[in-house]
Amino acid sequence: MAQLDSGLGPVGTAGAAPVHARGRGGWLRRLPVVHQLRQSVGLQRGPLVAGLVLTGLFVLVAVLAPVLAPYDHSQLRTPEGAFGAQQPPSAEHWLGTTVGGYDVLSRVIWGAQTALYVVVVAILASIVIGVVLGLVSGYFGGWLDRVLVVVADAIYAFPSLLLAILAAIVISGGQASMWGGIMATALSITVVFVPQYFRVVRSEVVRVKGEAFVDAARVLGSGHVRIMTRHVLRNSVRTLPLIVTLNASEAILTLAGLGFLGFGIEPTAAAEWGYDLQRSIADVTSGIWWTALFPGLAIVVVALGMTLVGESLNDLADPRLRTRTASADVAGDVAQTSVQASVETSVEAELKAAGPTAGPAGPEQKEDRA
Amino acid sequence: MRLLLIIPTVFILVTTVFVLMRATGDPITAALGGRLTPDQLAERIHEAGYDRPLVVQYWEYLTGIFRGDFGTTLSDNRPVTEILTQYGAATLELTVYAVVVALVVGIPLGMLAASFRDRWPDAVLRVLAILAYATPVFFAGLLLKLVFSVGLGWFPVAGRVSTSGEIEMAKADAGSGFMLVDAIATGDPEVVGDVLRHAALPAIALGLLTAGVFLRLVRTNMIGTLGTEYVDAARSRGVRESRLVRAHAWRPALIPIITVVGMQVAMLLVGAVLTETTFEWRGLGFQLSEYLQARDFVAVQGIVVLMAVVVAVTNFLVDVIAALVDPRVRY
Repeated sequence: MAQLDSGLGPVGTAGAAPVHARGRGGWLRRLPVVHQLRQSVGLQRGPLVAGLVLTGLFVLVAVLAPVLAPYDHSQLRTPEGAFGAQQPPSAEHWLGTTVGGYDVLSRVIWGAQTALYVVVVAILASIVIGVVLGLVSGYFGGWLDRVLVVVADAIYAFPSLLLAILAAIVISGGQASMWGGIMATALSITVVFVPQYFRVVRSEVVRVKGEAFVDAARVLGSGHVRIMTRHVLRNSVRTLPLIVTLNASEAILTLAGLGFLGFGIEPTAAAEWGYDLQRSIADVTSGIWWTALFPGLAIVVVALGMTLVGESLNDLADPRLRTRTASADVAGDVAQTSVQASVETSVEAELKAAGPTAGPAGPEQKEDRA
Repeated sequence: MRLLLIIPTVFILVTTVFVLMRATGDPITAALGGRLTPDQLAERIHEAGYDRPLVVQYWEYLTGIFRGDFGTTLSDNRPVTEILTQYGAATLELTVYAVVVALVVGIPLGMLAASFRDRWPDAVLRVLAILAYATPVFFAGLLLKLVFSVGLGWFPVAGRVSTSGEIEMAKADAGSGFMLVDAIATGDPEVVGDVLRHAALPAIALGLLTAGVFLRLVRTNMIGTLGTEYVDAARSRGVRESRLVRAHAWRPALIPIITVVGMQVAMLLVGAVLTETTFEWRGLGFQLSEYLQARDFVAVQGIVVLMAVVVAVTNFLVDVIAALVDPRVRY
């Protein structure tokens, strides 16, 4: 079990080493999700599978946008002539055209690509900044730590969309080209997310820092950087995949909100669902439904898929919410992958996981697998 | 302890906004750059004092806020405070309606989900709750508009009151800013109905968003309390399941709701900004998006600071209330 490759031996961590802690970013692999898929039962498996399918579909559409989209996102005419504005769905334009004369279907498909870029950049940037700040802050402590915590708490309480608006003003003055706009929007969302990652990583680091194996490394003469990266970091980031999945949907919604307020990416630079919805407010009043319905549905489908995945992983990690199963081996499995199963508390987590099963259960327990 | 934390929090919020807004330059260039010659720009900047050292401006801004002076908007030259008082009431009214909708929808459904835990009503309700979260409030608003205003014609498309109602209110000299209060002041039930019909769709759009959160919260807490010893004790005495939910478990399960209602204020305000834009509901959020379009960042700064401070203060008040309600929480 003990696979900490520090060569120090599993001092005080026997039986608690993370199974997938090998190599950088081991948790990024598919493994955790597969694990939880196996672990889920009955009504809890459905949402997870549905979420994975929807998310997969989104990524597929985003990647294949150049192939799938009948027209370019800012195309207004073919050699035969202009598309025309607000045309109802037809054979040439399956989902009609917008008030600006764009093809709705193409904008929806290209919008997936924009959304994917923004989500990926936003989350990567949030993880990097949040983890580095959290690691340094938690490891060294002192006044820097105290200041960062207070600032992070204050920013965390800030209404997220408003913060993103401010950041967008700072970063791009509100509007920009495609990559400029994508980076600006993504970084605006990053500003909102960093405090979350910071808080989570910092509190884990503070806890792990006191572990015996960290002391051992220090006694052996390892430098701060080595201890931080090799010993502390790896044991502090296991809660992150969960936050990532939940944040991904929030990023989609924030992106749409920014676009809806006219603070996204210029329509000629890239397709963005929130912006298209803003342009459709007037259409709706005059009964033109296709310009609003389809970009909106796209947002809902993507956000729904990611939320379902995140929620399911969250439920599976929380013993109080997990569907109760009678078999003890599943409970054991859970303790290792659970968010709460951390280095020294894995026994506790195991107890917790076993708790609802061992305790007097509700009358519907037997129907769980139905 | 918490009492003292509110001061640095508000201070940091105000400072963050100031630093962010001034990090890229002065608001006058942002609003008018390209439309005026560099000389004219420099003159306007000098007049407004934006060419002085940042520290001086910062100090002036801070002391200004203490005196209740949030600056003057650039696009229409009005004190930001006036905008806040004029439109704040509309946003507050919308938020209150939304919370009412959220509580009425969210709490009973959450209890229902908890008592049918892991069976199909629970599964359906949870999917609906997640759907409520995943649907942007402005899309929900547009859909409601399409179906109920344009399609069925039951509700007005936008605004807070029709022109005739507005005239009646002006006659009755009712100007509290709260449309429902003003409508009641006219004493005309038709005006009251008109105001309520205008409020229905925005309130539902924003309320359903929040209802999903309440539903899940009530469910989780209810399941927690249904598993406690005293509920087991009641169950062992032969109390029926339905009565367990109604009489034993729901009260302790509601305590966290108070805390969460407070935390939802941030979400509600953001949602209100988007809802108001969708329904042309003339509140702070609608103004905010107007000023964003006009690139009037002084006004934006004022509205954003106000909202951030409202959120911080509400969170603080909620902590205090939670401590009063729940004897286990003490600071």
